Amino acid sequence: MKLVIGIVRPEKANDVLESLYRAEVRGISMSRVQGHGGELDRVETYRGTTVQVGLSEKVRFEIAVSDSFVQSTIDALCDGARTGDVGDGKIFVVPMEQAVRIRTGETDQSAVTPLGKR
Amino acid sequence: MSIPILTAATTVDTGDTAWMLVATALVLMMTPALGLFYAGLVRSKNTLNTFMMCVGAIAVAAVVWALLGYSLAFDGDGSLIGGLGYVGLKDVTFLPREGTTIPHLLFMAFQATFCIITAALVSGAVVERMRFGPFLVFVALWSILVYSVLAHWSFGGGWLAAGGTLDFAGGIPVEMGSGFSALAAALVVGQRKDYGRQALLPHNAVYVLLGAGLLWFGWFGFNGGSGFSTGNPSVLAFVNTLLTPACSLLAWFVLDLIRGRKVTAIGAATAIIVGCVLITPAGAFISPGWAMVLGAVGALPCYAVIVWRPRTRVDETLDVLAAHGIAGFTGILFIGLFASLAWNGVADGLFFGNASQLGDQALAALVTPLYAFGMTYVLLRAMTLFTSLRASQDEEAIGMDVVQHGEEAYITGEGAILVMPDGDGEPLVAEPG
Repeated sequence: MKLVIGIVRPEKANDVLESLYRAEVRGISMSRVQGHGGELDRVETYRGTTVQVGLSEKVRFEIAVSDSFVQSTIDALCDGARTGDVGDGKIFVVPMEQAVRIRTGETDQSAVTPLGKR
Repeated sequence: MSIPILTAATTVDTGDTAWMLVATALVLMMTPALGLFYAGLVRSKNTLNTFMMCVGAIAVAAVVWALLGYSLAFDGDGSLIGGLGYVGLKDVTFLPREGTTIPHLLFMAFQATFCIITAALVSGAVVERMRFGPFLVFVALWSILVYSVLAHWSFGGGWLAAGGTLDFAGGIPVEMGSGFSALAAALVVGQRKDYGRQALLPHNAVYVLLGAGLLWFGWFGFNGGSGFSTGNPSVLAFVNTLLTPACSLLAWFVLDLIRGRKVTAIGAATAIIVGCVLITPAGAFISPGWAMVLGAVGALPCYAVIVWRPRTRVDETLDVLAAHGIAGFTGILFIGLFASLAWNGVADGLFFGNASQLGDQALAALVTPLYAFGMTYVLLRAMTLFTSLRASQDEEAIGMDVVQHGEEAYITGEGAILVMPDGDGEPLVAEPG
């Protein structure tokens, strides 16, 4: 079991969702975050105030998957999120100790497997 | 407005002038109100750009109008176009404008606000992708080539007005002019890159409702001022501007209930605009009773086009065609059916025994869309020879606010570092503390 964390451009979030859907990855959380990677800061001006905006809007996907799904999840994130420019984001895969489905109390493998897949 | 109802007056009337000063300000307010309405209908990353298209239209159209447009629209009674006698506001003075009791200068300003909002309306077809600079150039050229011409035909003594076509407050130049130009603009500029692939939803329905409310408020000056006096035509148009949109709202509620079992807020905002547009040409020509019928019946074709258009490949983004083109078309024809001499003192329509009026109205309803669509199409096609009208796909994805204006509508300040220019003008990051 792994937790796959993908941080992507907000404008690519819909494409990521679509490619995850095609890869039959279900069970997704997403949140808006702000982050800084290697991209150039953009300069904005409000009346006399000029600011360099170092943090960019990003969307963070969190997807808990069984080991056999890790690669297809990574592929789907890359497919959906890549533009080729700096700022496309990162994917982190981290080990997961335990997962529990609240409704049934199921744990681990069965907790991260969608209902239709059994 | 197309027919000088008053006998030739030689003096300025203070009451009429007072009302027209207020009416002019009311109509000018409609353009920022339209900006708010449009801004609510787009995605949050395009809020400022959408609003700025309306603000930009004020800047460009007002100047072009004063320098050239007004003269082409309102100098003399040439059949197709006015003269150059008022170029640069030459001879536009405190003396009353012929056929009115208000100063010529004020008449010019009132008409300027019409040109401004009409140009701003067209932006609804191209928001979220058209570049800001080319849009401003488009407004300058369009206000001459399309608006001034149509205004001359319908208001300035051109061939439509001379032939007997009735248009009280601008069903021809403003509503059909903007609506059918918007269709051409959408076709030339092309779809947004995500159109038909992703859900592109309004980001703030409250802006939409507030914008519509302010537009309605301003429309009392728009229609109520188009009699250029405080006389009966103005009163009738003013009252009809209350009644028609109210009936459009009720009709829209019913249509929404039939279609989706719920009355929608954005639908209601749209219905207000549709109702105001419907009564714009017919304002002082039909009775209050028929104005109410117009509001209810006229909502139907507009609703149908709004439901149908997104199923097509035409990304006429904010449905200017449906809300203005189709509603203006309907209002113009409705005059031919239900105009009442007893109320307007000018002409009867078909149902009061004057079939020829319907013919005059139908002529305008046929020619105006063809001219507006054709000229706008040619103008934008010609502009594409010199410049790219739209932002790149990457820029469109990031959003027009940051790309075109270097600002965001909803910036939090998180992650923003203050930059102070140093002696060389090079930006330098300020030291905290």
